[in-house]
Amino acid sequence: MDIFETVFVRNNLIVAFAVIGVIMWLSYFLADKLTAGRIHGSAIAIALGLLAAYWGGLTTGGSTGVADVALLGGIGLMGGGMMRDFAIVATAFGVHLSELKKAGIAGVISIFAGVIVSFIVGAAVAVMFGYTDAVAITTIGAGAVTYIVGPVTGDALGATDAVITLSVAAGLVKSILVMIGTPLVAKSIGLDNPQSAMVFGGLMGTTSGVAAGLAATDPKLVPYGAMTATFYTGLGCLLGPSILFFIVSAIY
Amino acid sequence: MIIYGVALLSVCLIVGMLIGESLGVLLNVDANVGGVGIAMLFLVIASNTDKFKSLCTGIAGEGIKFWSAMYIPIVVAMAARQNVAAAIDGGLLALVAGVAAVVVSFALVPLLSRIGRSNVEKGPL
Repeated sequence: MDIFETVFVRNNLIVAFAVIGVIMWLSYFLADKLTAGRIHGSAIAIALGLLAAYWGGLTTGGSTGVADVALLGGIGLMGGGMMRDFAIVATAFGVHLSELKKAGIAGVISIFAGVIVSFIVGAAVAVMFGYTDAVAITTIGAGAVTYIVGPVTGDALGATDAVITLSVAAGLVKSILVMIGTPLVAKSIGLDNPQSAMVFGGLMGTTSGVAAGLAATDPKLVPYGAMTATFYTGLGCLLGPSILFFIVSAIY
Repeated sequence: MIIYGVALLSVCLIVGMLIGESLGVLLNVDANVGGVGIAMLFLVIASNTDKFKSLCTGIAGEGIKFWSAMYIPIVVAMAARQNVAAAIDGGLLALVAGVAAVVVSFALVPLLSRIGRSNVEKGPL
C-alpha cells in the first residue's frame, strides 16, 4: 500500500493524465452508446468532473474538489490556472484576425453589459433576501459577476466573512451552471459562430464556465469566447468596489 | 524542433500576463486584466506573420497544436477541482443569484450578437 501511495503521489501529474484519459474515454463511449452522439462526449466528461469534485469536497472538506484526495493531487496541477491559461492561449492558434475584428465592438459592449447585468441581478436577489446595507448588497452583486470579483469587492469594502462566502458561492453556482447549461441552450441563443461566441464570452465572463461550456458545445468556438471572457473579471474588479458601489450606496 | 512552437506559445502567455498584471496595477485593480486575451492576440498575430512562420509551421507548429488539443482534457481536470461542495453549501441566496445571472446573460446573447452583425453590415456602406 505504501509503495502504491509513494508512486502515485510522486508522479501526481502523470496520474492525472491517466485518470483524465480514462474519464474522457468513458465519456465519449457513453455519449456514443447511450445518447447516440446527441450529447457531446466532452459535456459528459465535464459533468463527471464536477460530480467527482463534489464527492472530493464532501469527503475531504477541502476547497479544490477531487484534487484534495491525496492520490489525485495532480488533477489540481493539470486543471489549475497555469495549465488552463496555457491551453486556452494555444486554442488561438489558427484564428484569423478578421474574425476577431468582425465582433470587436459587440465584444467590447458585451463585456460591459455582462458585468453590469450580472451585478444588478445579484444585487436585486440580495435585496429580495432582505439585505439592506450597501456593502453586503454590492458584495453579493459582485459575486454574481464572478467568484473572483465577489471577494475582491468584499475585501475592498470591508464586508463580513459570511457575505464574502455567499458571494463566492453565487459565483461558483454561475460558473458551474454555464459549464452545464451552455451546450443545452447553444442552439436557441444562436451560439454557432465566432461572433456570437465572442459576445457569449463577454456576457458570461466566468473563464472556467465559458471555457468548459464552449468546449462542450463546439471546440472551434473556444478561442473567441475565451478572448473576451478574460477581460471580464478585470473589469468587474474595477467597477465593483467603485462605480457600482457608489450607485448602490446612493440608493441604500 | 517541437520546442520552438511550445516556446513561442509560452512567450506569448508570459508577455500577455505581464501586460495584464501591469494593467491591473495601472487601474489599481487586484486582478490580471485580460492577460490571457492579450496573449491570444499575440499568438494570432504571430501565426499570421511571415517572420514567425518557421515557429508556427511544420514540427514547431505541432508543439502548439498539441497544447491546443489538450485543452478539453485540461478543462475536464479543471471541472474536477472546482469547489462544487461550497457552491451547493451556499444555500438558496447563492443559488438564486447565480442562476438568475446566468439566465439573464444567456438571454442577452442573441440580442448583442445582432448588434455585432448590423455593425458589420453597415461597415462597407
